[in-house]
Amino acid sequence: MNVRPPRGSELGLVGAAYVWEIVKGLMITNRHFWENIVLHSLHAAGIARSRPAGVTIQYPEVRRPVPARARLLHRINRRPDGSPKCVACMLCPSVCPSGCINVVAEESPEPGIEKRPASFEIDLSRCVFCGFCVEACPVDAIRMDSGTIPPASEDRFRMVTTLDELLAGPPSDGSLRSVAGRFP
Amino acid sequence: MIAAAVAGFIKSAYVLGAAMGATSLLTWAERKQSAMMQDRIGANRASVLGVRALGLFHIITDAVKTIAKEDYIPPFADKMLFWLAPLVAGVAAGIGFVVVPFGPTISVLGMDVPLVIARSEIGMLVLLGALGLSIYGSFLGGAASGNKWAYLGAMRAGAQMAAYEVALGLSLVGVFMVHGTLDLVRIADAQQGSLLNWGVFAQPLGFLLFFTAAAAETKRAPFDVPEGESEIIGYFVEYSGMKFGVFFMAELLETILFSAVIAVLFFGGWHLPGIEYAALPWWLALVVSQAVWWGKVATGCWLFLLIRWTLPRFRYDQLLDLGWKWLLPLALANILLTGALIVWRGGGS
Repeated sequence: MNVRPPRGSELGLVGAAYVWEIVKGLMITNRHFWENIVLHSLHAAGIARSRPAGVTIQYPEVRRPVPARARLLHRINRRPDGSPKCVACMLCPSVCPSGCINVVAEESPEPGIEKRPASFEIDLSRCVFCGFCVEACPVDAIRMDSGTIPPASEDRFRMVTTLDELLAGPPSDGSLRSVAGRFP
Repeated sequence: MIAAAVAGFIKSAYVLGAAMGATSLLTWAERKQSAMMQDRIGANRASVLGVRALGLFHIITDAVKTIAKEDYIPPFADKMLFWLAPLVAGVAAGIGFVVVPFGPTISVLGMDVPLVIARSEIGMLVLLGALGLSIYGSFLGGAASGNKWAYLGAMRAGAQMAAYEVALGLSLVGVFMVHGTLDLVRIADAQQGSLLNWGVFAQPLGFLLFFTAAAAETKRAPFDVPEGESEIIGYFVEYSGMKFGVFFMAELLETILFSAVIAVLFFGGWHLPGIEYAALPWWLALVVSQAVWWGKVATGCWLFLLIRWTLPRFRYDQLLDLGWKWLLPLALANILLTGALIVWRGGGS
């Protein structure tokens, strides 16, 4: 095997000495260093707080904003009278690839509506957050736009959400939350 | 006699304490400076009663963590050498501070106290000798570990430090020729007055070569092939706990030592243009000289850290090429050039 290591001489004498290139590299990191030092000092003095120094998000205290289209914890929309929009058509359990949605239907007392869910459970420990249930829903009842990251649990059986919990999501005004474009 | 002994003891305690304090401060500075350079925040979580103090308490937590960790000696290691290696590394890095002057001669209670622990006519040779010892720390550590990766690291450390030790010594010959002495105190005193007296203007090439070789001697990026944490982890792969901590501290201690030597040889030591220490009362001279001195050392450390967090690691053949094919010939050329200039200007004998 004929292996030829790259030669420094191809860069020319000045380039091969790397001195100027090293200085250029140092200038970049140096500029970042002083920019951030000045910004941190200004922040400490209460000035220019809108301009962030560093991209770190101090996690437990500061949460990263959830993107508007993120698929997170499910919720079920209500009708104007407060009853769940769901008509228990069984499309979402049918389409769910992980089989984590369990709907039990019952007859609806309202004359124009055929069925309603007697229970609507989603096993969050099995959900893959694909959003197919949202796509499948014919009445825009189930959504994944609650903006809440599903909590973890030490007990997998506690990760089953019930209809009441799903209805307790944010009000269904149909508008998505506005999200800051840039990270803090 | 007793007064001189007391003065020597106080100076030794001061230098030891200051060097150790600066070392621990440098662990914090390294984390914070790299964070600033990379648009991060850096260590800031350790708090005492809700006070975070810019993450300074991480110095304490780091120390506690290092000491509390299990200090494991692998059964296949050579126990005595395994113990000895970090000691040698630490002592070799620390012993150089003995000959580095850190201030002017001050008159306290009618006694002239030179602010250097041991003033010697051959101070720089003592320093280079002490630095030459530091190779034993890394080499013994790697060889005694009984681990092939550690042994590879030890071989790399040996080859690298042999290469750069030569350039390190030769790059300073120009400085000795300019000042005609190896005495660090006299070299520093010769640079007072104008800013143009600083060694960096008399020996720009020598400074560049010494700085490069010094960065290589500290075995930190971009010269960290003996460690090479992404490939072989290096000569201290088997070390844990405080033994590893001593290796780590020795690197930082060497960084401070080289910053101090660079300050003395190339940046006028504790002298600044416009400050006459002889005209000041002794306590003022002490405070001002220490402020100037530590400011210069801190700037040097900052520059070393800037380089360490900017440049990627050399490939091993590039590293040796740089040492033998660039630094060594350039150092020799620098000697010739300096000699020619001295003769041309009618100096020398």
